[in-house]
Amino acid sequence: MAVELISANHAAALAATLAGRANRTARGFCSGVYPITPSTECMEYLCGQEIEKGKVVRADSEHNAMGICIGASASGARSFTTTCSNGLAYMIENCVAAAGYRLPIVMSIANRTLGPPWNIWADHGDSLLMRDLGWLQFYSADIQQVFDTVLCAFRLAEDPRVMMPALCCMDGFILSHTMAQVEVPSQEQVDRCLPPTDIPHRLDKSAHTLGQMETPHQSVVHRAQHHQAMLNARQVYAEVQDSFEEIFGRRPADPLVSYRTEDAETLIVSMGTLGVTAERVVDLLREQGQSVGSVRVRMFRPMLDEELRKIFAGKKRIAVLDRDISIGFGGVLWGEVRGFADPSAIVQNYMVGVAGGDVRPEHMINLLAELEQANESGAPRIVEVA
Amino acid sequence: MMNEPALNGMAHTEQDRSEPLLRAGNSNCGGCGMSNLMQMLRRAAAERELKLVIPACCAAVTGGSFPESAFSIPTIMSTFASAASVANGDASVAQLNGEETRVICLAGDGGTYDIGMGTLSAAAERNEDILYICYDNEIYGNTGGQRSSATPAGAATTSTLHGKQETKKDILGIMAAHRIPYAASISLAHIDDTLRKLQFALDARGFRFLHVLSPCPTGWKSEPAMGIELVRLAVRSGLFPVFEVFDGERYVLNVEPEFSGEALMMYLSLQRRFRNTGVTEESLRPSIERYWNYLRLMSGRIVPARRNV
Repeated sequence: MAVELISANHAAALAATLAGRANRTARGFCSGVYPITPSTECMEYLCGQEIEKGKVVRADSEHNAMGICIGASASGARSFTTTCSNGLAYMIENCVAAAGYRLPIVMSIANRTLGPPWNIWADHGDSLLMRDLGWLQFYSADIQQVFDTVLCAFRLAEDPRVMMPALCCMDGFILSHTMAQVEVPSQEQVDRCLPPTDIPHRLDKSAHTLGQMETPHQSVVHRAQHHQAMLNARQVYAEVQDSFEEIFGRRPADPLVSYRTEDAETLIVSMGTLGVTAERVVDLLREQGQSVGSVRVRMFRPMLDEELRKIFAGKKRIAVLDRDISIGFGGVLWGEVRGFADPSAIVQNYMVGVAGGDVRPEHMINLLAELEQANESGAPRIVEVA
Repeated sequence: MMNEPALNGMAHTEQDRSEPLLRAGNSNCGGCGMSNLMQMLRRAAAERELKLVIPACCAAVTGGSFPESAFSIPTIMSTFASAASVANGDASVAQLNGEETRVICLAGDGGTYDIGMGTLSAAAERNEDILYICYDNEIYGNTGGQRSSATPAGAATTSTLHGKQETKKDILGIMAAHRIPYAASISLAHIDDTLRKLQFALDARGFRFLHVLSPCPTGWKSEPAMGIELVRLAVRSGLFPVFEVFDGERYVLNVEPEFSGEALMMYLSLQRRFRNTGVTEESLRPSIERYWNYLRLMSGRIVPARRNV
């Protein structure tokens, strides 16, 4: 296990490179890539790698980058790409297709605000466009997690009980362009962690048509299978963690990262790097005698409803921090998790850090002070931060 | 077996692939040019290993619904604009694994001239190892017959009720400008030339593009049995030049037309899409002449553009 000083974009690309090489004994690795700020360095890094039985196609658009990944994966290769923001929006038709074909393509997203107005800073609204498409979704909070998540995502996506594409999100710039020491396993270790890609429905020799027309009943059956497979990912992910730990000697992060929640009365719920700030805020407030905890939703799809219900049980106040806005509704995460709280709990949504606002501990401390005074859940609030 | 008399001598023989590429029971309209093309491709391909990528178009419908398939080879139905990029992924993996599989895109004019143009151009520019066949019925057939940029001037469609004003896009000119190894037009009425081109394109490497004028009785408002005859008239009149371009620079004219006014008149009058739109033999002649002058210039063949017939 080597330690390298790399950015999250490079960590994702390095993990994909190792995963790609690991499939050299099977049908290889093929990827279509296209640049967009702040994901660009991920594709650049990938383009600079020598991958045995591997090809990185420099595509002409995000839509076609995913098209190339679809063709590669449908032919049995391991496949990976990266994009964000409007690039993801442009790609999305083929993301729908990748999920519909049930192809285990892994994609790294450096979350960025959708435009116009043009804004390159972090916002989860881009990957949340993919919420209902049948992609696994992970949100990482540090660079080691980004690396680990990409490896775990390949293993999880390619598991026959899951068999679907996976999205690995990192906050644009906050993670994508900062560097940290990352533990990087050897190729031999990655080989052991990722068995050869086996896509049973790939185009091979038989007269098999992928993605053809269906009747409503057939489609509903396929939707139900896809839904069940997504739910299976909860259990399969735990197995992936075990196997990862056995091979690499450290455990990848849990799908829900709970921090000092057990005796807490008030919870902060968030995704991505907001959760790291929330954990520091928990420490600060605990020093002042407040019983606060934090939950970071790392696995957003499938949603871990049972586990969240358990964590939320008995909590009096829950602040759900969204780095996104569903215009005309409120925060997407809030909309998803508010129903898991006790009926008597006060669940308040704060959309904070939307469009890249820099959320600092004092912002969260102020919001929690306000929440402590509240007698009931209020309407979702957009909080402006500089 | 689909060996209909309309195939005009294209009977099944022992040279053909043992199984038809497009099986019986498919839902193509009677007289569909794409059916004829698939029959010819069956013979040309013989037992070569093939994969098919089909974007949204009539071929995606005619494949039938899950779990049956009218195609006898591994096939993926891609999104509308993605045929060439999905084929790119397929072809790359075949190459990585040392497989001889020929990856073929079978796309309509909408998926080629319009929505898939960027994808097509990009795959051609990268010279990916793909055989791209556009069966051009000059209309969005699948959605009920709207204009595309392949619709010729003067053709009525459901979105140009009084006839399209603009002329048809020069697809082979566009593809030749990419300097791909091979680009050719195919006439379903000239079987020997067609088989030769299909075989050449199947065996060549890099990006190959074939343009097929594909009669569409439903959209052209013509008799199903007249399809191949219509193609012959289009060739004879000079309206549909049959030629090939190697490496984007060597132009070879394969069929010398008679520039027959009668053929042009027949071509127009046998299709109700040209009725009452103001298009006439005379109105088409200047553009035919202009294009043939261009082709002669490119091919270096000094033959007068107009003959007395």
